[in-house]
Amino acid sequence: MTEPLSRPRRKNPLKKTPVPLLPQGTRSRTALGLTAAAAEGRFQLQVCGDCSMVVYPPRDACPRCLSPRLPYQDVDNGGTLLAETTIRTSTDVYFRERMPWRIGTVALDAGPSIVAHLHGDLREGERARLQLKLDKSGQAIVMALPASDTPNMADDPQWRELTCDPKYRRVLITDGRTAVGQALAEALSAAGASVIFVGIADPWKPFPGEEKLRRIERVEIVPLDLTDTTSVDECAGEFAARVDILINTAEHVRTGGIIERKGLIIAREELEIRYFGLTRLAQAFGPVLRARGADGVNSAAAFVNLLSVYALANWPAYGAFSATEAACLSASLSLRAELRQGGVKVLNVFFGPLETEWYQAVQPPKVAPASLAREVVRALQQGLEDLFVGDVAEDIRARLAVNPKALERELGS
Amino acid sequence: MASTRTHPRREPYDGVVVGAPVTIPYRRYSTNTAHWWVGRAVREVIQRTGLRSADIDGLSLSSFTVGPDTAIGLTQHLGLSPRWLDHVPLGGASGVVALRRAARAVQCGDAEFVVCVAGDTNQVDSFRRMLSTFSRFAQDAVYPYGSGGPNASFALITRNYMRHYGATREDFGKICVAQRANALSFPHALMKKPLTLDEYLSARAISDPIHLFDCVMPCAGAEAFLVCREDAARSLGLPAARLLATVERHNAFPEDPIQYRGGWAMDVSELYAMAGVTAGDVDFVETYDDYPVICMMQIEDLGFCAKGESPEFIRSHTLTADGSFPHNTSGGQLSIGQAGAAGGFLGLVEALRQLTGGVLGAEVPDAKIGLVSGFGMVTYDRGLASGAALLSGGRA
Repeated sequence: MTEPLSRPRRKNPLKKTPVPLLPQGTRSRTALGLTAAAAEGRFQLQVCGDCSMVVYPPRDACPRCLSPRLPYQDVDNGGTLLAETTIRTSTDVYFRERMPWRIGTVALDAGPSIVAHLHGDLREGERARLQLKLDKSGQAIVMALPASDTPNMADDPQWRELTCDPKYRRVLITDGRTAVGQALAEALSAAGASVIFVGIADPWKPFPGEEKLRRIERVEIVPLDLTDTTSVDECAGEFAARVDILINTAEHVRTGGIIERKGLIIAREELEIRYFGLTRLAQAFGPVLRARGADGVNSAAAFVNLLSVYALANWPAYGAFSATEAACLSASLSLRAELRQGGVKVLNVFFGPLETEWYQAVQPPKVAPASLAREVVRALQQGLEDLFVGDVAEDIRARLAVNPKALERELGS
Repeated sequence: MASTRTHPRREPYDGVVVGAPVTIPYRRYSTNTAHWWVGRAVREVIQRTGLRSADIDGLSLSSFTVGPDTAIGLTQHLGLSPRWLDHVPLGGASGVVALRRAARAVQCGDAEFVVCVAGDTNQVDSFRRMLSTFSRFAQDAVYPYGSGGPNASFALITRNYMRHYGATREDFGKICVAQRANALSFPHALMKKPLTLDEYLSARAISDPIHLFDCVMPCAGAEAFLVCREDAARSLGLPAARLLATVERHNAFPEDPIQYRGGWAMDVSELYAMAGVTAGDVDFVETYDDYPVICMMQIEDLGFCAKGESPEFIRSHTLTADGSFPHNTSGGQLSIGQAGAAGGFLGLVEALRQLTGGVLGAEVPDAKIGLVSGFGMVTYDRGLASGAALLSGGRA
């Protein structure tokens, strides 16, 4: 039975913040297929294209038929824990300060035996579910969970190392004027975040939903204008050391391609809010997040970027907007590598048109802000790195994987 | 998949002998390089046999820490000009594998005097650095899981064995305690204090069920021996043991979900058939003892009892050199220390001492036939390499 987490006490300001250490993140190129699956929360292993053998650890030749065709595919994740051990002595500093640490050998129903990290509620001889997760180094590992959920299972210390669970963490939502920002505040409050700072530019200006937002438990409105470096710096100066999860909800959705914009005014505004806003946040909050990656129960855990799925493939009807989103995506990949040194994840959330006024003329299906918020919270609880929300986002992703040129023509017609 | 096909009859090792068992006293840590340790062992073989460097026309090297060199670099380093050269990076199976290759080279005349040497240094950080880069599978699928090293990997194998066959910590303890008793008279053992079963049982846990005295201590050291023809040994006046039979197997039983047997189980009948002896004829056994559970597997797989019966076998025998089942007569790696690849030579070199006279510690009375077994290379979840050799004693 997992001991429920207790609310972390206020940090003693005289105590040294532990330097975030990482487990070894070196992997063979082939093994990075596991990382790709883990980033999205899939359980994929190599499956031989010729004889269908399920292969682990990752290989470049099938050990049954020597086929070089070993693509990663979704595989049934059920198995049995054959043997477990509690490691009490480790040669690695990351694990040394987290001892004792349990691992075990799981015989997967699909074939191979997998040495996995063990959830505290799983015992030798029992049925297990395996999941691929990203550890603090950003690489994939396999975690074995009990066959069915157990009380407080998300509070297991080995599991919490792998997730960005908002429970007892402090969150900053950067723009509370948006429907998505407000939905996120509600979802995070329900998920047990200990405080939800919600940034509002020019707080004296009223906005729709304000009253409801202020009534959400543990929400605290803070002044924050992403287009103003001084405002971002001041906000970070006051709150950065108390922000464990930062969610950038800034939005700027306008129609039109590159020619139609006629001048740079809208493009500049868009970049100011989205690209430079992201840059300001990263520069002001990034260093503190990165330094607090191992700061106990409420360590810094995640930087979340909300991105239009058209960051991945330009939609000329929203062509200039798509280009700005692509810039934000590219920046977030750099940020991901920079924050990884502190064991902090960057979660990129891709979604199609939202059920909001800015996508008024777009045909359904559209994503409701509340379901986007729900999915973001789930992704944090699962420790994902890439999340696609809604049918349009999934569709774009699938078509991009099959034929990027076809998608380009289809979006442009 | 493991094949059960019988092999064509193998040529016997007619006229091949093994002698000049050399152990360079181990040290917990060494500021010297692997080259230094290897060089000392080769020099000792030369001095012991009266050969000159120029007479050594075969060299077989095993070492984890000699990098970036391999055997070829050592020829120039040591001033040898062999016409037969081998590098055997097989850890605990190195001794048996080096021996069987060298034996055929000598038998066929490709070389006359082959020195087989294993040596490793141990610097404060070298063990940790080796673990994370030991194999691609270790890097991808073992080291990121708690970095417990072989202790954790063998803890899983031990747990499974205990659950299936009813082995207890007392059974493992009996192996360790007997080996310590053997080691007390062996001058080169790093562990010099007696070990009681109570001390074994109350030692701190390392990776359950592995406790402190189940683990070998990494150290620096070197071991070597000489392989040549019987008549050559005689003309040197060198006491030597005859090689009766060997087997070698890698990645046996890959379908076993967790290791409970090794490659010996595939080849054991061939081993005894080639030697023309049975398990009952064996006077002493040197198993590879990186962890006591592996000793138990070897006792089963090498035909001293049936699978799963080692716990009972251990309970009904005395394991010291003067006992009913003399086992790891110099104390094994568990009491002497594990000098890297030299650990894969330790049992073989000790067997040669038992069979050719010149025992340094506890002596097996009237030992004529010895069995040496090797095991090594856990690249993922199990030891891949296994081998065994039967040798007979008396002056050649």
